[in-house]
Amino acid sequence: MIFGRSQRGKPPVEPVTLKILVAGGFGVGKTTLVGAVSEIRPLRTEELLTEAGRPVDDLSGVEQKHTTTVAMDFGRITLREDLVLYLFGTPGQERFWFMWDELSEGALGAVVLADTRRLEDCFAAVDYFERRGIPFLVGVNCFEGSARYPAETVRQALDLDPDVPVVMCDARDRESVKEVLVGVVQHAMAQAADRRRAVTT
Amino acid sequence: MSADGQGRNHWFDDEAGPVVRPYAMTRGRTTSAAQHRLDLIAVVVTEPHADDPEADVSLSPEHVDIVGLCRQAPQSVAELAAELDLPVGVVRVLVGDLVDEDLVHVNRPVPPAELPDENILRDVISGLRAL
Repeated sequence: MIFGRSQRGKPPVEPVTLKILVAGGFGVGKTTLVGAVSEIRPLRTEELLTEAGRPVDDLSGVEQKHTTTVAMDFGRITLREDLVLYLFGTPGQERFWFMWDELSEGALGAVVLADTRRLEDCFAAVDYFERRGIPFLVGVNCFEGSARYPAETVRQALDLDPDVPVVMCDARDRESVKEVLVGVVQHAMAQAADRRRAVTT
Repeated sequence: MSADGQGRNHWFDDEAGPVVRPYAMTRGRTTSAAQHRLDLIAVVVTEPHADDPEADVSLSPEHVDIVGLCRQAPQSVAELAAELDLPVGVVRVLVGDLVDEDLVHVNRPVPPAELPDENILRDVISGLRAL
């Protein structure tokens, strides 16, 4: 038997992999957010909006968006040789919800990206993560030209539990997105600590 | 059939998409014998002896591609699907075959019940900040 490459010393590093989901309404900037921090161009399946899609995809207030993501898209962040974080954008339209259960299984947490012009678009995502106990935070994507509202107003409008963080962010900005992701992980840690406390007391 | 069929050879064009259905690659299977469904972020690692998959006549070109990619560096199921432009379901079946053949093993992500391990989460936070 020939042992060509494998003789070159140590076996390949098998990384621990984690995933964070990025949810939110159609055209809110999920793919942009993934692209802002991913080391690979977001891998995705996108199709141009067609006649068939038009009744479903309400574009009012989202004039710049021409395509819609119809499958998952994802990015990768290698934090260490042995620790890799994947970001999965969840399909934005409700007819692709069947993919959510699979995506959310084992997820560390989630970002619900919100656009204050169409806040109702993220109700479904908030409901979904609340019901499954998946730690999530709401990132308000501050589009140019959209009115800014205080985080408290967004919290009330979405009827969020008091412990769910609401942060302002810019999905195009790498530093901003990094902070959002750190916020998700911190929230996941806090939620895990709460649960442990609930079990032991 | 032949005369008729030849006249209609090119009734489809590229826009029709792939004409061979994905399940042809899996020979009709939609699940593999491997007990667990592979997560999208499960990592596929080649075994040291999987050095010459082309020589194995029982493997399809897609199997060989998967072994080739994973030999360069371990790959997640999602990355394999994107890289090979195959549906995730097809990749799962093909990876299952390779596990059965003992050419690869799968490093499953930390099960949800054990997540979140505080130390890993701290590493994630410091890793993100250091980007």
